[in-house]
Amino acid sequence: MSTPALELNGLKKSFGKAEIIRGIDLSIGKAERHAIIGPNGAGKSTLFNLITARFAPTAGTVKLHGENLAGLEPFQINRKGLSRSFQITNIFPAMTVFENVRCALLWSQGYKYSFWHLVNKKRDLTEGADAILDKINLLERRNLPAGTLSYAEQRALEIGITIAGGADVIMLDEPTAGMSNTETDYITDLILKVTEGKTLIMVEHDMSVVFGLADRISVLVYGEILATGKPAEVRADAKVQEAYLGAALEAEH
Amino acid sequence: MTNKDPRTDIPKGAKPSEQIMTDPSKASERMRAGSMTLTLVPWVVAAVLLAILPQLFTNNSALTIMNQMSITIVFALAYNMLLGQGGMLSFGHAVYAGVGGFACMHIMNMSDFFASIPLVILPVFGGLFGMGLAMIVGSFSTRSAGTVFAMISLGVGELIAACSVIIVAFFGGEEGVSGDRTYAQPFFGVEFLQQEEVYYLTAAWVIISAALMYLWSRTPVGRMANAVRDNPERAEFLGYSSRWVRYYSFVASGFFAGVAGGLFAINYEILTEENLNTASSGVILLVTFLGGVGFFFGPIIGAIAFTLLQTVLSLSTELWAFYAGSLFLATVMFFPGGLAGLIMMHVPAFKLGKAGKLVMPYIKTLLPGAIGILGLAALVEMTFHYRHAATGDDEMTIFWTTFDSHSLMPWIIAGALTLIGLGIARATAPALKDAWSEANSAGGAS
Repeated sequence: MSTPALELNGLKKSFGKAEIIRGIDLSIGKAERHAIIGPNGAGKSTLFNLITARFAPTAGTVKLHGENLAGLEPFQINRKGLSRSFQITNIFPAMTVFENVRCALLWSQGYKYSFWHLVNKKRDLTEGADAILDKINLLERRNLPAGTLSYAEQRALEIGITIAGGADVIMLDEPTAGMSNTETDYITDLILKVTEGKTLIMVEHDMSVVFGLADRISVLVYGEILATGKPAEVRADAKVQEAYLGAALEAEH
Repeated sequence: MTNKDPRTDIPKGAKPSEQIMTDPSKASERMRAGSMTLTLVPWVVAAVLLAILPQLFTNNSALTIMNQMSITIVFALAYNMLLGQGGMLSFGHAVYAGVGGFACMHIMNMSDFFASIPLVILPVFGGLFGMGLAMIVGSFSTRSAGTVFAMISLGVGELIAACSVIIVAFFGGEEGVSGDRTYAQPFFGVEFLQQEEVYYLTAAWVIISAALMYLWSRTPVGRMANAVRDNPERAEFLGYSSRWVRYYSFVASGFFAGVAGGLFAINYEILTEENLNTASSGVILLVTFLGGVGFFFGPIIGAIAFTLLQTVLSLSTELWAFYAGSLFLATVMFFPGGLAGLIMMHVPAFKLGKAGKLVMPYIKTLLPGAIGILGLAALVEMTFHYRHAATGDDEMTIFWTTFDSHSLMPWIIAGALTLIGLGIARATAPALKDAWSEANSAGGAS
């Protein structure tokens, strides 16, 4: 097979004496939809933060398309085609919805730190941002301050911002957290639509979302990967049943 | 900026969205297209106003005040590139204006070189020196915003102000550096001997600088300055280094602060330590905040209001700084959006066509309130006179009334005015509040 989109080797992270991530090896192929599940405190968000260089790993490597990301800043990793959302909604609340998306387009459209272009005069930016807004069904909200949107709309906007730059590896941290069933279905469809042909890595608690979306699933327990495989395999895994899934699936029903 | 903007035909471009492009978004297109023409209007008005002001206020002191205002406007707008647009609170921004100004003074004193350039371009040199200093300081101060940035700005401000007595060759020690602007190459025959000629030079620079700073806020790096201000972490995950975005804002702000310094040099022909020190840095923070950091035009209003306070009020009372301080406190506590915020607060009521309903309630509350505040000011002035006037000098004049500050009657009158004025204002406040919510609600009685 070709180079995996994302490859983790012996990834470890300690905070003081507490070992949160205890050696993770994981390979995620191109255009794969990969879900990471596990109980609270298993280190899922920490793992996300290690991959995106929000935290520096204690040991191990992260490779994006075969390239080692060690020592890179978040913005440099983003420029290499990895984009992420956050567990707690992370948008620009004072700006309009349109402006949020337009900001997300600036770098990838090559404007960089330009002070010789006027953003209002750039059709590629306006049209690009409107196309994204259309995709996430927020076109009618485009001129409202992002902070005034409903929670589900803000989450949709965050997904829009995350995909706007055209990154081919998308990481979503609990995209449906705190949503009603209808909202969850809506966001799930949205994720399917906007990550078409892209690599998706998501942390998710809602098992129906996970089993509906993911090509493969990794179960993270106490900083280690207990099992990785197709949804059916993971569901049947005895260790997983015992450690996590049994309880989680029971809670669903 | 031109009107022929291609944005009116956006719906055509955004093909996939055609089906769901309903009326609301079309209306918004119209609004945005309209706002382009609207954005030009204030600039034209400002330019015309600047051009005719000397005809309305002809004496030299009025020209001096207007020049002072113009310089403060450029400086405050530059400062707001940091504070309002970039979210960086600087306690030492006077050094960039000051260093720009000192550089211009030295150029004035290089007789051969100065004689070969027209005076009108001198502020560019001020800008370049301010920018150069900002490039050096910014390289370490913009690593983070918040407290660290504020502390570094304070430290650097103190450091450079202290240099004024150490590096005498550049800062001129306690006397400062002085020069003569008229040695420059005449500009179309104008030698800038007259105050009015200097006024037009300054006014032209205000328009140019303000327009450039406004355009800056519309560029990718200017938009990202807002993004980094609101959420640096998210900006990083959009491919932008927060630090570099802050750095570019800082450098640009240093340039325009330096331009303000250059204008100061041309107007006053002398720069001293006072142009660099922390007090000057504090004043520009006050001016900017008073005007309102949330709107581009806020600092302009702040600069005009503050300069008026400083010049006009200081003619009539020694305590003008006390009143300026009180106003600043009131701004921070009661209307953090500043004067610009106060103005913009009324836009919804105007759009609903209900602003007229506010006039009477405003008069009922604000008029007694103003009387109460004036009464309070009278008490403050009388206390000041009572404590500080020479023995035997019992006579004082306020509000065109002369009386004996040691007799009881004036105190009773001022005290009564204060209590009654503020009392009525307080009693009518609930009615004003009701009128306000009524004027800002879309529905209701028409």
